[in-house]
Amino acid sequence: MSQQLGTPLLEVQRVSKRFGGLEALREVSLQTEREILGLIGPNGAGKTTLFNIISGFLPPSSGQVYYDGRLIHGHRPHQIVEMGIARTFQIVKPFGSLTVMENVLSGYGMPYYPSWRAFVRRFTPSSESVTRDILERTGLSAWAEAKASSLPIGLQRRLEIARALATGPQMLLLDEPAAGLTAQEAEELATLIRQLYEQGISLIVIEHNMAFAMSLCQRIVVLAQGQVIAEGTPAEVQSNPAVIGAYLGSET
Amino acid sequence: MFGGYIISVAIFVGIWVTLALSLNILTGYAGQVSLGHAAFFGIGAYTSAILSLKYGLPFWVDFLGAIVVTGLIGMVLGLPSLRVRHDFLVLATMGINFVVVAVFKYVDFFGGAMGLINIPAPSILGYSFRGGLPYLSLVWAFAAFTWLVSWYVSKTWAGLAFHTVRIDEEAAAAVGVSVPRFKVYAFVISSALAGGAGCLYGHFIGSLFPDTFVFVESIVVLSMVIFGGIGTLRGPILGAIILKAAPELLRFVQDYRFTIYGALLVLMMLFQPMGLLGDDSFLWRSLTRLFSPPARGEPRGGEAEEQGPDGSTEPALTYRGARHSSLSKE
Repeated sequence: MSQQLGTPLLEVQRVSKRFGGLEALREVSLQTEREILGLIGPNGAGKTTLFNIISGFLPPSSGQVYYDGRLIHGHRPHQIVEMGIARTFQIVKPFGSLTVMENVLSGYGMPYYPSWRAFVRRFTPSSESVTRDILERTGLSAWAEAKASSLPIGLQRRLEIARALATGPQMLLLDEPAAGLTAQEAEELATLIRQLYEQGISLIVIEHNMAFAMSLCQRIVVLAQGQVIAEGTPAEVQSNPAVIGAYLGSET
Repeated sequence: MFGGYIISVAIFVGIWVTLALSLNILTGYAGQVSLGHAAFFGIGAYTSAILSLKYGLPFWVDFLGAIVVTGLIGMVLGLPSLRVRHDFLVLATMGINFVVVAVFKYVDFFGGAMGLINIPAPSILGYSFRGGLPYLSLVWAFAAFTWLVSWYVSKTWAGLAFHTVRIDEEAAAAVGVSVPRFKVYAFVISSALAGGAGCLYGHFIGSLFPDTFVFVESIVVLSMVIFGGIGTLRGPILGAIILKAAPELLRFVQDYRFTIYGALLVLMMLFQPMGLLGDDSFLWRSLTRLFSPPARGEPRGGEAEEQGPDGSTEPALTYRGARHSSLSKE
């Protein structure tokens, strides 16, 4: 890691995003170090828009995004993955007609795609063992040869994480990884996320399920109507009147 | 004479097998549906004919020239695919086909409507051959080469990247695939191979006319790919053989042959939309069952190495993917 002392791993500076007349994000700033950062907020708060900007799928209307001290906005999504930020999607996008193994392999191929090495054979002992290892870590080994589209939603979400992991990221952006999961599946997912953190990966997790976010994240940023309204530990955020207001409607 | 006729048909079939396989890389692998493949076929044919007629270059130079020039033009003409997707791309490739044919037709350099005639037969070491078994072998050797390229690509990282681009461009970008780059790769490989087929066609027929490369021919090639089984290594071969040979074999029904041809396509799309030899087609399933009897007790999951964690939570999965999933692992 080339991270310099004192500079945050990821820094979003006064990012705004307008879609026509709609202001999805207004002057959003946040910083993250190596941590599990929760990004919560009501529907339409701009959480996914912020993810799309960080991961290069959308350009910001104004503001800057720095990763590891480098300006990254304006880069294409595949370049941002190469820099070390991988993501999952709120609406899962597994490669349905490929097997689970091939899905993970597609992430492991990341360093090969930009060069002539795209035209070397992909099944090598090392590609196979690394993919198997990731399947093992994410609990997907049993489904290695199954078509991704045949998996239930919980496993598809897990597969998206496995695929993102295969790109060897330093930072993972997870967009509502617990959506549609049973309580038990969510618990297993939380365990997986903690393991990833312990293995040295920084995570930003968008989450709707408050209990899940509160128990998982070390720090939480609350977005509402495109603005950061609160930031702090789960306990601080939970007792913040602005947050309660945004979620339940304020009393006045 | 009869033998000569059969050989001629076999030469045409070989050329169209090459075309179908080359289009399969673009459309079957990378998911870029093109209705302009005949344009690249034509560009290859015209390039080699001009190199031969106007510059007097030997056949092998024409052949390589056709492949290189068509590949480069494919790169340029593939650029619209970076901006438009799906049905809009289909229309754009159609437009490309019209433009290319118009250039052949109205630019004198390309012979105009009178076409290019007297294209010399290829000759190696002074031995010249047009048609016959030597030419047949040449055509099928190139078809085999095209198949080898398709097979090799399917084993590479690029092959996997093509799949990701076809299935979901956003997810492809999220795993580090530069979607534009791989679309251009697919256009280059696909059109270069079609250019080689064009050269073989021109030097066999001996004369070229713009109308040979019209948009309808692009539909025929795409039909071959879909009819046989899009995205597979075997389907386009069978599709091209059947759809190219059928009009010849159906000569006895005279005027009705295109009715039968059309009906065949409609029936296929209704009942076997994945193609005759597609992964889930009746024929392919039967064939694989026939030649690899499954292990006892497992109807077709013979190769599933691992079972679910326990019986109760194991979802109903088909492990068919293991062996015959789209090209990716075999």
